[in-house]
Amino acid sequence: MSDELDLLYTDVEESVRDSVRSLLAKRSTPEQVVRVYDGDRSGLAELWQALAAELGLAALLVPEEHGGAGASAREAAVVLEELGRYVAPVPFLTSAVVATTALLEAGATDRLGELAAGERTAALAVPFSTAPGRAVPAVSVDGGVLQGSVHAVAGALEADLLLVPVRTDGGLELHEVSGGDARVTPVTSLDMTRQVADIDLTGVASRRIAGADAAERAVGRALETGAALMASEQYGVAQWCLDTTVEYLKIRRQFGRIVGGFQALKHRLADLYVTVESARAAARYAAAAVAAGHPDRSVAASAAQAYCADAAVLAAEEAIQLHGGVGMTWEHPAHLYLKRAKADQIALGTPGAHHALLAALVDLPAA
Amino acid sequence: MTDTDKTIADLAARVEKLLAEHPPAATDRLEFLRARFDAGLAWVHFPEGLGGLGLPRELQAHVDRLLARAGAPDNDPRRNGIGLGMAAPTILAYGTEEQKKRFLRPLWTGEEIWCQLFSEPGAGSDLAALATRAERDGDHWIVNGQKVWTSGAHKARWAILVARTDPGAPKHRGMTYFLCDMTDPGVEVRPLRQITGEAEFNEVFLTDVKIPDSLRLGEEGEGWRVATATLMNERVAIGGGDPRREGGMIGVVAGTWRERPELRTPELHARLMRLWVEAEVARMTGRRLRQKLAAGQPGPEGSAAKLTFARLAQQLSGLELELLGAEGLRYDDWTMKRPEVVEFTGKDAGYRYLRAKGNSIEGGTSEILRNIVAERVLGLPPEPRTDKDVPWKDLPR
Repeated sequence: MSDELDLLYTDVEESVRDSVRSLLAKRSTPEQVVRVYDGDRSGLAELWQALAAELGLAALLVPEEHGGAGASAREAAVVLEELGRYVAPVPFLTSAVVATTALLEAGATDRLGELAAGERTAALAVPFSTAPGRAVPAVSVDGGVLQGSVHAVAGALEADLLLVPVRTDGGLELHEVSGGDARVTPVTSLDMTRQVADIDLTGVASRRIAGADAAERAVGRALETGAALMASEQYGVAQWCLDTTVEYLKIRRQFGRIVGGFQALKHRLADLYVTVESARAAARYAAAAVAAGHPDRSVAASAAQAYCADAAVLAAEEAIQLHGGVGMTWEHPAHLYLKRAKADQIALGTPGAHHALLAALVDLPAA
Repeated sequence: MTDTDKTIADLAARVEKLLAEHPPAATDRLEFLRARFDAGLAWVHFPEGLGGLGLPRELQAHVDRLLARAGAPDNDPRRNGIGLGMAAPTILAYGTEEQKKRFLRPLWTGEEIWCQLFSEPGAGSDLAALATRAERDGDHWIVNGQKVWTSGAHKARWAILVARTDPGAPKHRGMTYFLCDMTDPGVEVRPLRQITGEAEFNEVFLTDVKIPDSLRLGEEGEGWRVATATLMNERVAIGGGDPRREGGMIGVVAGTWRERPELRTPELHARLMRLWVEAEVARMTGRRLRQKLAAGQPGPEGSAAKLTFARLAQQLSGLELELLGAEGLRYDDWTMKRPEVVEFTGKDAGYRYLRAKGNSIEGGTSEILRNIVAERVLGLPPEPRTDKDVPWKDLPR
């Protein structure tokens, strides 16, 4: 239809959503998810296995010739909407989106089959806070072994394969390290549903998978695609917060009335609805632009990330406030969403970092 | 070739034919616009014979682009915003065949400008409280009352009008919708000077105005339902936004930012970038809404778009004055004027700042729109009412 990207959902996307949602509704309920905060990570590998193998999610972005499903960023974005809605503790974003994109862009396709099959997972070894185009490798290579360490890497704990940006005299290189060879130290994380870890790579042997130009492009595109698609996860978080709060305010009574009938609260929820619908449009546009390889993809990714990061945090904060005392309890799942939303706001570039990227992209210089 | 591709190819052929038969350079503007309407290229989502081809609304942009590229005149939609955005879709939805045939063509070409006789001194946000009476007199109606905030009444040939026809019914049920000839005896338009110094709006006094029953739109007593359709279209029209990036207020501020590096500060930059993102996201939200509505009528979601539009226009026009610093202390002209077109982003920065204050009031205040979103979209309990099921004549006023 003309040259306008479609921001609605296709029937295929809706059917992907249905299958992800019905599996998560059984196997990733808030009662199951909250256990990871008490250090109980049992069952997480099985949950990912079910999503990766039964539903084929790990294979979505892998082209068919490499054993994948050859789907597009649009379907991956719908998956992330559902993963956000359930704050699911699975490495879809870190492995099936970010690391997979890095491997594809680097032309290092030999690992993609095992990733697509869900047999192994990978992680890009940069701090999870890194914005696209802003990766500064803390690791160097000397005599075939690596030197250095990387902090706050998401997806590293479960990763069988680490993709490590390495600083050399000739520029950035991308190296591959077996997860078992690195010293990976789990960090007690704000968001335990996507726990970060510190990685010490000193003395670890690596394999170079991309040289300067290809590595630069691979890391940049991986982070940009991650930022673009994480917007859909943020939208999913925000939508859950809105839906849950609206339902609660329809049953909760105070002063002899249904609380949701008070205009002060109705107006806050109306404003939140506007924000959440806007987040959905921004996220859809980013996903569609990435899927189409559209020239506007970088602008779309940063605009979506800047907007959706704040939208998710706002929605989670409003959910807690409007639930009153119950919103502050461990029993109510709202806290899981706040922790995911706040961590996501920092992840892959803060809104401020994306504003800076945008300023350059759309010619609105700071000074 | 998909069906859509075929439709686009067919549209391109129709545009070619129109341009060949009426070369823009050699054709009178009005004649070209009439030919474009007759070719179904005015609003392609309207039915054939009424300026359209019964196609998805989305395809209009494609036609507009092709015609603009060929240097064809457009119908200057700003001159007749109420006609195009509100009267036309309502007439299409509720009008008789005669009414559609009579009104849509001169409306679209701009030969006849429209205004909206809805608000009254005592019935703004509570539109259903309106008191203007229409009493039946054989095959006519006799209308008496006062309207206010009537944008463009001084240049309008026709008006959409809601009046009370049954004071014994509860307020939402006793109203009827009419098309009113502004040249009729008894219609008096007085300028209403506003915050900007201009009189873009008017008071309209209706004294024994005689409207034939053939200009009733919809059934007697159905006025509220018809008016609701108009209002939803109004919100989409106001909040629908510009399909271009940096269309509207953000483009004005971004342009100043680029041209005037000496004005830049880090604090203003942070606010500019945040609002740039919000404007861009609002554009995508509007686009998504349009795609959703391509086949259907606007629902309450249009209220959300208008809420965003009003907030952004006010924040951006305020930011612009700060950015301009000392220049922001000046104002262009306080002389009372009655403008030809409604300007949201034209004129100077001070005007824009003051005019934008109306964006959260006209076409439904932001407070009312939030109630609409909360009640009709989110399903929250309605505001407590004291006027429900009470005959309008018994309500305290």
